[in-house]
Amino acid sequence: MNYNWDWSVFFKSTGIGSEIYLDWFIAGLGWTIALSLSAWVIALLLGTVLGVMRTLPGRFAARAATVYVELFRNVPLLVQLFIWYFIVPDWLPEKIELWFKQDLHPATSAFISVTVCLGLFTAARVCEQVRTGIQALPRGQSMAAYALGLRLPQVYRKVLLPQAFRIIIPPLTSEFLNVFKNSSVASLIGLMELLAQTKQTAEFTANLFEAFTLATVIYFVLNMGLMLVMRTVEKRVRVPGLIALGGK
Amino acid sequence: MDFTQVIQAFPSLGNGLLLTLELTVLAVIGGVIIGTALALARLSSIRVLSWLAGFYVNYFRSIPLLLVITWFYFIVPFMVGWVTGTNQPIGAFTSCLIAFMMFEAAYFCEIVRAGIQSISKGQVNAAYALGMTYPQAMRLVVLPLAFRKMTPLLLQQSIILFQDTSLVYAVGMMDFLNVARSQGDITGELHTFLLFAGLVYFVISFGASTLVKRLQKRLTV
Repeated sequence: MNYNWDWSVFFKSTGIGSEIYLDWFIAGLGWTIALSLSAWVIALLLGTVLGVMRTLPGRFAARAATVYVELFRNVPLLVQLFIWYFIVPDWLPEKIELWFKQDLHPATSAFISVTVCLGLFTAARVCEQVRTGIQALPRGQSMAAYALGLRLPQVYRKVLLPQAFRIIIPPLTSEFLNVFKNSSVASLIGLMELLAQTKQTAEFTANLFEAFTLATVIYFVLNMGLMLVMRTVEKRVRVPGLIALGGK
Repeated sequence: MDFTQVIQAFPSLGNGLLLTLELTVLAVIGGVIIGTALALARLSSIRVLSWLAGFYVNYFRSIPLLLVITWFYFIVPFMVGWVTGTNQPIGAFTSCLIAFMMFEAAYFCEIVRAGIQSISKGQVNAAYALGMTYPQAMRLVVLPLAFRKMTPLLLQQSIILFQDTSLVYAVGMMDFLNVARSQGDITGELHTFLLFAGLVYFVISFGASTLVKRLQKRLTV
């Protein structure tokens, strides 16, 4: 075993300014979190709209949402990212295209591409969860809402969606964690998020085991931590009497 | 858009697709085998075994696949060196394949576990009553029943794996996507090649999952 373990590597100077390697990891984690949160906003909003569309009585809306879901679920994430990063900017109006390619900092334009890509990619998955949540509610709920004189938008806003969201907290949590993990593809278009910083540290220091171990620990701890938090939240807001699935 | 370039690149695109499919099939086989072993360990009455399998699954499910691929690309040659004592170089294909097998095994494990748990207790009891041992009961009764139930889910997961193989781009392997991208760069037709690659992935995944849905209807008891 000819490998020199050296855990102090994270506190050594990178040779760039007064930075230590740990700073790289913190900066990388910052990008990863910023990416995950902003992509999640898009995914949640669009996914909810699409999920509602799939349960609407009208044929057209449901079909359009289905096409969206199939399209975004059956093309690999990396292909979608390349399309958003290499192709879509060329389709923009000339002024915006130049602004996107020349005026923006390369990190900013990569960030926008990944955010849009991850957001739209995950929206297809969120859509399916929202639809499942709505369909899991007893039909009496919407009937009662209509009987009370609520109109369709009100039925969704006041009766169906609030309950559906409480049911689908666990799958939504794992979708969010997927966004968090999937954001690592940003490293492939040069955005210095957590994985990219890890690789860079490994290359600079040759301490690749330490670098990758730290990255793994960060991902693992954040993942498990959020999962535990969401499990408690889910128990708190569980719809009483509704869930026969594992609930008491 | 100039599709003649794409047509001219068919031989190399074909090679890339072949590599993608090879990786997918081998990773599914390895992943299902390791996953089944993990599932049996997780359901085992031996505490340590089930705890270890549970940790394995949680561990791999909370880190990005891309991290695993990159890490294994660096680490596997080291490991092999330690085990065999030689400095033989290990190809990217082997390290990626091992990464996929071990990563996907965590997901396959959960599917297999749910499948085994869905088999009614009576089946197991009947097997024991016939004088079977634990391995026999598992091999001859429980697993065949469970696999029949899980086949659609295992296939869906395999389709996801097929899409995920595109991540080997990270370690420079010439899979279908990377061939398409590099041909696009060479010919200056990146748009056409990337869109074509997307279309091919879509047709294969969508076609396969449509077939799986049909199979699911037929298999439901």
